Amino acid sequence: MTEDSNATAQANAEAREQWQAAYDASKLREGPFETMSGVPIDAVYGDAPYPGQYPYTRGLYAAGYRSKPWTMRMFAGFGTAEDTNARFKDILRNGGGGLSTAFDMPTLMGRDSDHEWALGEVGHCGVAIDTLADMEDLFADIDLGSVSTSMTINGPAAMIMAMYVAVGEKTGVERSALAGTIQNDILKEYQAQKEYIFPPRPSMRIITDMMKFTSAEMPKWHSISISGYHIREAGSTAAQELAFTLSNGFAYVEAALAAGLDIDDFAPRLSFFFNSHSDFFEEIGKFRAARRIWARWMKERYGATSERSMRMKFHTQTAGVSLTAQQPEINIARVAIQALAGALGGTQSLHTDSYDEAMALPTEDAARIALRTQQIVAHETGVADVADPLGGAPYVEWMTDEMERQAEAIFAHLLEIGNDSILEGAYAGIENGYYVGEIADAAYRFEREVNAGRRIIVGVNDFTDGDDGERNLLRIGPEVEEYQLKRLADVKQRRDDDAVRTVLDRLAVEAADPEINLMPSIIDAVKTFATEGEIVASLESVFGGYVERVVL
Amino acid sequence: MSIRNLPIPELFERAVDGDRRALGRLLTHIERENEHAEPIAELAHPLAGTGHVVGITGAPGSGKSTLTGQLVKLLGELGFRAAVLAVDPSSPLTGGAILGDRVRMEDVAAPETFIRSMATRGHQGGLALAVPGVVRVLNACGYNPVLIETVGVGQVEVDVAGTADTTVVVATPGMGDGVQANKAGLLELADLFVVNKADRPGANDVRRDLDLMLDLSHATGQDQRTGLRPEIIMTSALTGEGAPEMWEAIVRHRDAITENGQLDQRRQDRDLVEVRNRLLVAAERRVDELLADTRHAEILGEVAARTRAPATAAAHIASALD
Amino acid sequence: MSDDPIRVVLAKLGFDGHDRGIKVVARILRDAGMEVIYLGLRQSYANVVNAVEQEDADAVGLSMHNASHMTLAPKMVAALAEADLDVPVIVGGIIPDEDMQPLADQGVAAILGPGASAEDVAAAVRAAVAERAG
Repeated sequence: MTEDSNATAQANAEAREQWQAAYDASKLREGPFETMSGVPIDAVYGDAPYPGQYPYTRGLYAAGYRSKPWTMRMFAGFGTAEDTNARFKDILRNGGGGLSTAFDMPTLMGRDSDHEWALGEVGHCGVAIDTLADMEDLFADIDLGSVSTSMTINGPAAMIMAMYVAVGEKTGVERSALAGTIQNDILKEYQAQKEYIFPPRPSMRIITDMMKFTSAEMPKWHSISISGYHIREAGSTAAQELAFTLSNGFAYVEAALAAGLDIDDFAPRLSFFFNSHSDFFEEIGKFRAARRIWARWMKERYGATSERSMRMKFHTQTAGVSLTAQQPEINIARVAIQALAGALGGTQSLHTDSYDEAMALPTEDAARIALRTQQIVAHETGVADVADPLGGAPYVEWMTDEMERQAEAIFAHLLEIGNDSILEGAYAGIENGYYVGEIADAAYRFEREVNAGRRIIVGVNDFTDGDDGERNLLRIGPEVEEYQLKRLADVKQRRDDDAVRTVLDRLAVEAADPEINLMPSIIDAVKTFATEGEIVASLESVFGGYVERVVL
Repeated sequence: MSIRNLPIPELFERAVDGDRRALGRLLTHIERENEHAEPIAELAHPLAGTGHVVGITGAPGSGKSTLTGQLVKLLGELGFRAAVLAVDPSSPLTGGAILGDRVRMEDVAAPETFIRSMATRGHQGGLALAVPGVVRVLNACGYNPVLIETVGVGQVEVDVAGTADTTVVVATPGMGDGVQANKAGLLELADLFVVNKADRPGANDVRRDLDLMLDLSHATGQDQRTGLRPEIIMTSALTGEGAPEMWEAIVRHRDAITENGQLDQRRQDRDLVEVRNRLLVAAERRVDELLADTRHAEILGEVAARTRAPATAAAHIASALD
Repeated sequence: MSDDPIRVVLAKLGFDGHDRGIKVVARILRDAGMEVIYLGLRQSYANVVNAVEQEDADAVGLSMHNASHMTLAPKMVAALAEADLDVPVIVGGIIPDEDMQPLADQGVAAILGPGASAEDVAAAVRAAVAERAG
């Protein structure tokens, strides 16, 4: 044996010992940890670095899913605040402590239910929130001090968070006791999801204000969840999803550092959200590379010293864009494979799509089948019994390296156009159409391949027999909209318009001064029952709107 | 009666009276250089020629669509009835095009603004014919100024600058635009430079680079064309900052060339150039006809058989032109 | 029909921000030799009407992703008719079978579902334009 390989063996043995110690210290769920046929299995196989060890390619924790399987987080939102409130109470009664809130399209766009474009959208894909009154209905009789709330909203995140704070105060819960996450990932809106309101820089100013505010006053609140899901849905490749998402994470870190926040205070509060598509090994490589890149960049570029800063936690959802309207029931198989990739990639939580989502909102039956699908993966396949079971497989390791290599090339490009700043690179890429152009190129290439038959999508361009055209679709009636419009009109009738005007005017003045944190005035504004749309309009009068550059 | 079937004089009258559908249709005829194009030009020419034509060019990503939008917004506020001609490249492979500039102007433009998108290819005689034709009709219908927005690459700019009274070149920090502008020959075309995204680091560097290059070109006498040194204006298209200054500089340039006689000279030259370009197109068509003429098949066969030189054959066929 | 390129206005109405489909269609039409006046996201009926007028467009393509097609598409058809613009409206997106006929009845010239190939898309636009030109 050479000296080198001696040293390697030595290091490996040490890492193994450290892993064993960490594993022994882990609280494990009940076994048995053996195969279906009764063969006993180890908690990990292969070489160092082991799960739970930097750079976390093989997972964040020594025991993997032996400690705790991924969280099966299924979110749905619908109708009025009262409807969703009833659903929340159900969840709490059944032992759940986490409430996930989806908002309808007008709310997500920062507009009120009486906006001209809101017709047909109110309460449709989530709950409609116009004023603090709706937020009060949403959380009526729920102790905000004892739940954790996740809110999927970006453009008007500041207004929605302000309403949550105000509901807390009104019900006697200090803002420091509020726990939860708001998505608030505005960069990917310009790149992919397109639910932006203001131009990028003013939007980042608001986010920085929120980061400072939560850092000082809301220690249990996660002010950002960095999402690649929508980048992929918009048509990106796996590597682009990986690179754009992580670089957005770096951009927020740079913004936080520039605002004077401490990396080890801030970074552990970041979480991520990825897509799981159908190319099985590519997805697994992507997830593994994501953890490794994040750990390295946090440590080496941004100077994090806490392991918690280097550990990337992420949620995964199966690829809605992969679902076909043709023969929809075969989507169940797609979702199962994508869920399996998420599990083998080591996700912290997973949402499985319903097979009928290509056509409309999921029916209750379809949502149940989706949940059952990931339960099968968790409880029947045995993949949760060994941490990073694919680690060390040549193809998997190669794919992980390849994903990282492609991502690093994209980071290099962003650093170049950003003069060595990822944040500036993100701005530049948004303004010069880099992201939307890259995504549109990738989407078009894929469509052409499908169109030419070089890529087979079962049920779409091959194996098309057996589509009976029968669809059982969920449709939302007009009652929700009628109710919400009346609710909004009532609130506007009852409130003190002068108080609203005064605070909105003050907000516009403050918006023009980048030194002032906007959160306190936004909280004051929601308390006067100023609508979400009015607050947005006040800021828009200073910041302006945004129209993307067409790159095609 | 559908507007498509109206006789041209009636269509023209409607367009002059403010019917935008009619104007839209006229421009299509001009763009296609079809049988209606000449009668339309004949109607438009006496009414046109006094409007201020402003070319705006810059690299992709320089923010020129947004800047043009800001300018159009300002012009609306100042009471102008402006038109924008947004020129985008066609696909060289398919001849199709994606014209995406309108969207950044539409929302800010005054309602009277007329915006037309145009692809670079697919015009007989190229842009050098189509652009002046379109500008003429817009001008005849009372649009003044007419802004022509182009992507800053190559022949298109040269053609457009030939049509404009004032050519604005947009540069941005961080893209080495000063150097790019020089390479692309835009420096010689510019009557005015705009450094957009002036709030960005490096904006002053771009300004300095441009100043330096202007100093050099002054030394070598390149700006003898106008006798004026182009101004450099700083703007931020996103906030609209600098748009009034940009417009004032455009007006200053126009006033200066009006005063020194350049403007009239440019316009006369322009019409002459158009006549020349049209003759070239006609001549080219005539040449193609000659080549297809069976009378010349024999001599062309001799060229192919290498018994006669191409030059001799050309001279022989040319004698038939007289 | 002449060789002159067909000019198509492509837009999305309403709040919905899913633009993968409309961007793919823009390229398909460009590659079929058409001139696409791309308006993109969150356009008003007035913006589309203005574009059709000023660009002298031959057709309007609307991309729909959510269930609002039943309200938005017929209103677009009506807004164009109101402005005396005789151009076909073609709707692309995931449209349930049962909505096809009602949309056709309200003046939508063609509907392209998720299974439509590039050739289908270009052919549908050509056919709709040819029919209108009569």
